[in-house]
Amino acid sequence: MKSTEALETPMIKKKSKEKRKQYIAAYVFLLPWLIGFLGLILGPMISSLYLSFTRFDLLNTPEWIGLANFQAMFQDERWIASAKVTLTFVFIAVPTQLIAALLVAVLLNKKMAGIGFYRTTYYLPSLLGGSVAIAILWKNLFEIDGLVNQVLSYFNIQGQGWISHPDYALGTIIILATWQFGASMVIFLAGLKQIPKELYEAAAVDGGTKRQVFFRVTLPLLSPVIFFNLVIELIKSIQVFTSAFIISEGTGGPINSTLFYTLYLYQKGFTQFEMGYASAMAWVLVFVLGVMTLIIFFSSKYWVHYEDGGKL
Amino acid sequence: MNQSTKTSKVLTHVFIIVFGLLMLYPVVWMVASSFKPETLIFSSPSIFSKEWTLDNYMNGWNVVRNVTFGQFFQNSFLISMIAVLANLITCSMAAYAFARLKFPLKKLWFACMLMTIMLPAHATLIPQYTIFHNLGWVNTILPLTVPKLLATDAFFIFLMVQFFRGIPRELDESAIMDGCGIYQIYTRIIMPLAVPVLITTAIFTFIWTWDDFFSQILYLNTVDTFTVPLGLRLFLDSQGESSWGSVFAMSVLSLIPITTVFFIFQRYIVEGIATTGIKG
Repeated sequence: MKSTEALETPMIKKKSKEKRKQYIAAYVFLLPWLIGFLGLILGPMISSLYLSFTRFDLLNTPEWIGLANFQAMFQDERWIASAKVTLTFVFIAVPTQLIAALLVAVLLNKKMAGIGFYRTTYYLPSLLGGSVAIAILWKNLFEIDGLVNQVLSYFNIQGQGWISHPDYALGTIIILATWQFGASMVIFLAGLKQIPKELYEAAAVDGGTKRQVFFRVTLPLLSPVIFFNLVIELIKSIQVFTSAFIISEGTGGPINSTLFYTLYLYQKGFTQFEMGYASAMAWVLVFVLGVMTLIIFFSSKYWVHYEDGGKL
Repeated sequence: MNQSTKTSKVLTHVFIIVFGLLMLYPVVWMVASSFKPETLIFSSPSIFSKEWTLDNYMNGWNVVRNVTFGQFFQNSFLISMIAVLANLITCSMAAYAFARLKFPLKKLWFACMLMTIMLPAHATLIPQYTIFHNLGWVNTILPLTVPKLLATDAFFIFLMVQFFRGIPRELDESAIMDGCGIYQIYTRIIMPLAVPVLITTAIFTFIWTWDDFFSQILYLNTVDTFTVPLGLRLFLDSQGESSWGSVFAMSVLSLIPITTVFFIFQRYIVEGIATTGIKG
């Protein structure tokens, strides 16, 4: 008995020493992230929540003003305009982009020559579209003497300065976003590949038409991928900045028609230095995005179909 | 194969090609226009021209007094390269801890990391700016690179955790038998086997940093610190529509690094998007 005890104690000691060594090593590996998380994300998050209840201009100490920033927002015409522009954009651009991505993915989901080349062609706009260069090109395309109007004139259609017209300026940015459907398409293509062939064969045996097969087999089985793309695109589109900034030259005009939420936040925070107001705007954005994401998550049990019953 | 499916196949091809060309036409037109004399650019929507010139590139390159686009490219490359290296090292370190090691508070930190993936940058924007401003870092590359050294791109950590978990643990165990410690397992087993996910991370960090107009416009305000996107924006401010030729020329140049990376690593990009849902 004595001898085994004598053996065990060093073993346990050795084990706990090993454990401690692993804890230390783990925190060494985690250290950069931990400093970044505490110092650049969690700390600033709390701080910006506090700032949203203050008046703050970067140089003077923040002054507590309670809910005044939030109340001011709902009476601020430009804020209302920016919320409208962003929601309009999200509700049009996200579905349009996803439908385009889905349709082209279905077309490409066949054994055919040149598929790799086609996929690349359709993906390229997604690769380039976030750049200032493409935003500048877009601005030029839709100018009064731009490429779009030149092409339209071949069909005897008299175009106009699309960028400078308050009814159409937002439309050009929606087209730019839709143009970048390639990334979603690649994800849809990967999803389509996962659908078992037997299901299509069974549908064919049962005499299903192409349309029935699409709506009863393809769509339900692809719904997890649609769900994923929807969430990602929502997060992306609600934060659009570069294209709106370049196309409107930083103004959000004409008549606030391209005043995206993040663009107005930038103007408030960094040209007017109303940083308390900008922080309040940021938290409204986080809140709205959170609510929209939750709605999508909760609605998903009615329309997202998981093969394994959706259990995690 | 009967006649009608054959026709429909041909029609599909024709549609895909025509639609694809239509989509890429504006970009091709911009490239062509950058080589046309200013007066011919808007004379027709065609990409062909009876005259070609390099003037736009010469004029665009030297558009600002004292600073050339060469400087902007240098700044952009420096920031992007540091960002790529930093993300590769610090994100993989955090991912290794989450995927392989046991430590107190692991679940809490992991949840925090996941939460930051979906958090819009605006929630931390103003205090971050205040910190960097007080440190005197505005108009330096530090606000654009230090966050990457602190692994704030949580998305890549998540991506790597997923990948590291797929590497068989038996490899770790046999490495321990051979006398490897926790640190050697990271450098000799995990990292060499994780090359695909490291490449995906490097590519997208490069593209996103290169195109990160929002951070750049916040933190870089003097012309000598400008990056390529900020340099392009100068055209809109200073010259207006009088020099679209040189705007196009510099725009084309600004797209070359991203396009080159894309065509070299195409396989990884398309696979990366398809398997992880990362977007361009």
